Amino acid sequence: MSAIDTGDTAWMLASTALVLFMTIGLGLFYAGLVRSKNTLNTFMMCVSALAIGGVTWALIGYSLAFDGEGSIIGGLGHFALNDVGFEPREGGTIPELVFMAFQGTFCIITVALVSGAVVERMRFGAWMVFAALWSVLVYAVLAHWAFGGGWLAAEGALDFAGGVPVEMASGFAALAAALVVGARKDYGRQALLPHNAVYVLLGAGILWFGWFGFNGGSGLGAGNSSVLAFANTMLTPACALLTWFALDLIRGRRVTAIGAATAIIVGCVLITPAGGFISPGWAMALGFLGALPCYAVIVWRPRTRVDETLDVLAAHGIAGFTGILFLGLVAQASWNGVADGWLYGNFDQFASQALAAAVAPAYAFIVTFVLLKVVGAVMPLRASEHEEAVGMDVVAHGEEAYVTGEGAILVMPDGEDHQRRPLVADPG
Amino acid sequence: MKLVIGIVRPERANQVLESLYRAEVRGLSISRVQGHGGELDRVETYRGTTVKMGLSEKVRFEVAVSDSFVDRTVEALAEGARTGEVGDGKIFVVPLEQAVRIRTGDVDHGAVTPVAHQ
Repeated sequence: MSAIDTGDTAWMLASTALVLFMTIGLGLFYAGLVRSKNTLNTFMMCVSALAIGGVTWALIGYSLAFDGEGSIIGGLGHFALNDVGFEPREGGTIPELVFMAFQGTFCIITVALVSGAVVERMRFGAWMVFAALWSVLVYAVLAHWAFGGGWLAAEGALDFAGGVPVEMASGFAALAAALVVGARKDYGRQALLPHNAVYVLLGAGILWFGWFGFNGGSGLGAGNSSVLAFANTMLTPACALLTWFALDLIRGRRVTAIGAATAIIVGCVLITPAGGFISPGWAMALGFLGALPCYAVIVWRPRTRVDETLDVLAAHGIAGFTGILFLGLVAQASWNGVADGWLYGNFDQFASQALAAAVAPAYAFIVTFVLLKVVGAVMPLRASEHEEAVGMDVVAHGEEAYVTGEGAILVMPDGEDHQRRPLVADPG
Repeated sequence: MKLVIGIVRPERANQVLESLYRAEVRGLSISRVQGHGGELDRVETYRGTTVKMGLSEKVRFEVAVSDSFVDRTVEALAEGARTGEVGDGKIFVVPLEQAVRIRTGDVDHGAVTPVAHQ
């Protein structure tokens, strides 16, 4: 059994916290992109992923993903964190508890990502039921295939930090969710605009910051692959940003802020599968080139009738797909110590990557589609048209994001209604 | 000349704009206001503090029209804003002393009639 390395452990503890923070960043990013009446509900969908993903992961998801070498699914040996302690996993240098927590934060943010497809109209209760089932049936299964000793990794497919279970899974699940839940009632009839571009930019910044733990921790230590992925996480989004600026300039003669925020996400996603496998030079090329198909899908999607509201498919599905294929082209054993890509004479690597790029989207799309149909048969997935018009903040949570307090009457705990007594103090 | 004021639900504001447009009413302004009519109070809770929100968000339309346009403006406002539930809002029609189009100095009828219709 390998020994614990305290340096590795220290970096993985920090990385875990960085990735967890990404879910809050995503909440802010999503909240800024919706209308003001849905700010809290949108944010809360991400916050609920923290609760649901954290619990399902500890109970069963971790076990199904990382217990045993089953080709399709792991075992139940780690059910409810049974046998997960301070000892490292086989070949690892960090306590399994840290490994479990680190991987759990991936499950959480992936669940949160899917919510972008259904914001502004999905009922909060139905979302939570769906999220709990999805975190096990889709995330844990794909994580097993890619990271946990499943068949996809056995076929030789490389995925550094989650192109399969995080990016392609959330992107194509989002497409399925948008199709089943259906478009917002005003979609295609009214302009539905982001209400706070500053949130969007700040959220994207938090995501990029957290992504240094997401990619930089996916070497599961502080070794060369983590260092390479860390540096690439700085480079690829920078290049994606420049491409986005150029495309914005060509299309609208102006560089847009929300476009920039989107480009940051796209760049981070592009490098996610490839981070520890490709050279910094190729990582920059990936940023410049990989932004193109994502931009194309973002421009094309709103012209369709598919209200995949916050473009999870374009920013995560397509970018993850691009990154996982690109790595099959340009991986270099001299950088990663694992495998060369097609350009360096190893066509088989590209074939394995193509297999991953075909299988993960199909699995995520089909299972999500069926799962939502089943949940929808038990409970309504959508709010009524009236509720949608009023806004999900008041309907689902009884709160508003931008409350003024004017005219608010304090209701005393004894139930007595102190008429016309204004609420003077700020509730904070 | 009258000033037609409609105070409507914010979630109906777009339907009102649509129906005004269909009634060929062109010039208008809107503002966000808070008001209280006969509707039930909304109860919200903030960290243990429960409050009744006595004031609801409304959108206020102001349309200055010549006399012949008053009825269709009122009808369009009502049609766009009505849901049948308490809280749909009110429409007020008030006399208008004078109107001036700042750009040209046109007054009254000329000022409230869109240029293309004159």
